[in-house]
Amino acid sequence: MAAPLCLFLKRPKLVWLFTCIVTALTFLISVLLLQQVITHGTLVYELGGWAAPWGIEYRIDQLNAFILCIISGISAVVAMAAHTSLQKELSKDRHIYFYMLYLLSLTGMLGIVATGDAFNVFVFLEISSLSAYALIAMGNDRRALWASYKYLIMGTVGATFILIGIGLMYQMTGTLNMHDLAQRLPEVSQTRTVFVSFAFIVVGVCLKLALFPLHLWLPNAYAYAPSIVTAMFAATATKVAVYLLIRFTFTIYGLSFSFTTLPLNILFLVLGLTGVFVASVAAIYKNNVKHIFAYSSVAQVGYMIVGLSVGTAAGLTATLVHIFNHALMKGALFLALAGVMYRLGNVQLSGFQGLGRQMPLTMAAIVVGGLSLIGVPLTVGFISKWYLVLAVIENGWWPVAVLILLGSLLAIVYLWRIIEMAYFKPANEHSETVKEAPFSILIPVWILVIANIYFGIDTRISVGIAQSAAQSLFGITP
Amino acid sequence: MNIPLEVMLQLTIGLPLFAVAAIVASGQKPNLREAVTIGTSLVLLYFVVSLYHGLTQGETINVHWFDIIPGLGLNFKIEPLGMLFALVASFLWLITTIYAIGYMRGNNEKNQTRFFSFFAIAISGVMGVAFAADLFTLFIFYEVLTLSTYPLVTHAGTERAKSGGRVYLGILLSTSIVFFLLAIILTWFTAGTLDFKAGGVFDSEVDTTLASVILILFVFGIGKAAIMPFHRWLPAAMVAPTPVSALLHAVAVVKAGVFTVLKVCVLIFGLDLLAILPGTQFLLYLAGFSVLMASLIALRQDNLKARLAYSTVSQLGYITIGALLATSAGVIGGSMHIAMHAFGKITLFFCAGAILVAAGKSKISEMHGIGWQMPITMTAFFIASLSIIGVPPAGGTWSKWFLVMGTMEAGQWILMAVLMISSLLNIAYLLPIPCRAFLPKHKPVNENFTMKEAPLPSLIALSITAIACVTLFIYPQPLYELAEAILKTTETFYGK
Repeated sequence: MAAPLCLFLKRPKLVWLFTCIVTALTFLISVLLLQQVITHGTLVYELGGWAAPWGIEYRIDQLNAFILCIISGISAVVAMAAHTSLQKELSKDRHIYFYMLYLLSLTGMLGIVATGDAFNVFVFLEISSLSAYALIAMGNDRRALWASYKYLIMGTVGATFILIGIGLMYQMTGTLNMHDLAQRLPEVSQTRTVFVSFAFIVVGVCLKLALFPLHLWLPNAYAYAPSIVTAMFAATATKVAVYLLIRFTFTIYGLSFSFTTLPLNILFLVLGLTGVFVASVAAIYKNNVKHIFAYSSVAQVGYMIVGLSVGTAAGLTATLVHIFNHALMKGALFLALAGVMYRLGNVQLSGFQGLGRQMPLTMAAIVVGGLSLIGVPLTVGFISKWYLVLAVIENGWWPVAVLILLGSLLAIVYLWRIIEMAYFKPANEHSETVKEAPFSILIPVWILVIANIYFGIDTRISVGIAQSAAQSLFGITP
Repeated sequence: MNIPLEVMLQLTIGLPLFAVAAIVASGQKPNLREAVTIGTSLVLLYFVVSLYHGLTQGETINVHWFDIIPGLGLNFKIEPLGMLFALVASFLWLITTIYAIGYMRGNNEKNQTRFFSFFAIAISGVMGVAFAADLFTLFIFYEVLTLSTYPLVTHAGTERAKSGGRVYLGILLSTSIVFFLLAIILTWFTAGTLDFKAGGVFDSEVDTTLASVILILFVFGIGKAAIMPFHRWLPAAMVAPTPVSALLHAVAVVKAGVFTVLKVCVLIFGLDLLAILPGTQFLLYLAGFSVLMASLIALRQDNLKARLAYSTVSQLGYITIGALLATSAGVIGGSMHIAMHAFGKITLFFCAGAILVAAGKSKISEMHGIGWQMPITMTAFFIASLSIIGVPPAGGTWSKWFLVMGTMEAGQWILMAVLMISSLLNIAYLLPIPCRAFLPKHKPVNENFTMKEAPLPSLIALSITAIACVTLFIYPQPLYELAEAILKTTETFYGK
């Protein structure tokens, strides 16, 4: 929330340091918050001293404290690499604006997660989205402008839908506070207005989280944005949207409304699974590595939605665990790509020839991140898959379990295209001179890679919190 | 040295990993690097043998590392079957290392440091598989083994190696993720535990259809056991350098597969349940089909390594049949065959590699009369062939004996016939090779003919394994005791 200060610091390097410190502090605060929530229960903070429902209230429970930690943690690590990576991808005079937008966008995302007020969600959503459009448009490629424009249109449609939905809810209940909404909605839940508001909100949020078939904006936006931006958004933005979806369907409208009155679970299940397959197959045919991973993100969102559709505490746990784990994998992968971008200037698949030899550490990071994406044991991806499949089987959906596992086979295919290119093709004259990525990028990459392995072995933190957060949403006392 | 057995157990897994660091560090000095590898394998063998003594004295050795998912963690436990596998693997690792030094240098292979490093990781994976106390731990090391052997299979880095590697990894990873993992999760969901337990983990009321589905998933999912139609990876992996084919595809990888099948059959399902499942019969016939088909395909292969690979597919089928027969003789035969086939097949691969290094030949049709040039190699080949076929005086006799007894006990006459026919086929595809090699008409007569054997380290290695084949015929007692202990004393190891 310190973005405006950036303008006062003129030298990019100083701004970068400042950004790093701010994000690191945010992360620290988030972790402290999470600890407090775990020990003391839900925290409520009234902005401006006005008590809810009149004032805006921030309500932190385990669910959003957990998400806050993920977002701030990833953006802190990504910020570390920003300075070096930007030097190649952005002209110097725009660096300051970059950091400013970066922080603004972070503020927006944190705000969405922290707030307990439905209208406030919309405000923060706009803050983060507007800065995101600008950040993506900063990409060197001219196509970045078009990608950003597309995202702008789709994003605005999504945001408007959400606003309409919120408006309709207000009309019916007379409150914007999530807590109050959750209590008053059941009384009026059988009205058409509520159905319509729900539909608007779900579609709006799904646009934001790039659920198939509303994912069209994502691949290009990710592919042409500056690498740092991609790394940050891939790891955080869709997670925020998934959080919103959980918040709206589980807390505000309530489980029985979303899943019993309306057939949302079937819808989510079908869309999620289709998303997994369509996006994975699309990833196989792409030649820009950023595109490959962007489509893979769409597929991973599919898994999260499948977890939601199960509609049990186990399913929600799987989704939350996957939010955490996917942030780690994609953060590591896209940051590693930032390293490749720094040395090569592009991330076309053909450019990866012989990089296994030229950039061993970066490529090793991609291999580990990729294995995690496939879901190989001892990585976080395996943990996600385990919980997801277990949740699905508990519900008796056997074919779905098989499909989930088949989906991960597609991940092997698109990853192996990269790995074979990097390790089996001799370096061409173009890449022979390429050196290992600089340490300022490698260190954050490997922090994330090691986190990938660490949380794949010691799951007490990630799974523990996800489980208790999910259970509290279902009203089960852990 | 007086190291507690628990520590030793952990070191069997950890030691090869430490060795990796040392190997990489000494990468510039080949002699030192190889000394490190041999030293490690000696120490490893010492540890495993000490553990074996501990086991025979009736000590129970348990290690719990940590939980990954509540209730599921990395646990290790020593039991007879794992012991047998670990003994074979660690002994043959030592021999293979000696052989590999001769082979890799003789062939001027590149990237030898990478080669020895991944070799050590693979052994660590094997030890993990052998000593795993539950399915979860086993699965993790199973995957470690798959991934660490991929760089070994594709060592040459050529286009052929790449496509071979694709098939290898594609089949092994996809079967393990789609079938094996699903089977594990289903077991966890149905039985609530993944621990290996005498008599199985399922209670008697378990739905037999569900259990059959799980069993079929297991047998298909353990792709390393190479049951048709998931056997294609094995021939594909033959692009690897010969020592890799020898250790990994005669011992470590394939045996990890059938070892897992045996363990699942005996300790997850239990023989009683296995015998009444409707799925078992189907799988038995499938394995029988696999045995016969692979033997027939082997007959038609002209490339020696490909012929050996298909022969392996067929022999693995024997072990799977042994496990699925659900009789004590079947399980004993299957377990013993793990060891017997390992020694026999590794000798054959060693010989194939020796011929390649010394004479540059890989096609069987070119090998007429080669016995006069490489008498020691071809004698070893002859002995090992006898062991695979299962005739005295070689170790394979015993395991086949028990397997056939197992089919009789279970009344599976068709399978007994399958085993017999396959033995005949074994004779047809193996014995002609050494016989033609010594045909008198191919005896070179010109004056400047010299014997040209493989490099000395390789020759030593293949002689040791060939002698071991004969020794195991005369002295199969320790193996038999271990195999028997799997059935009889499981209660003392697992408690009931």
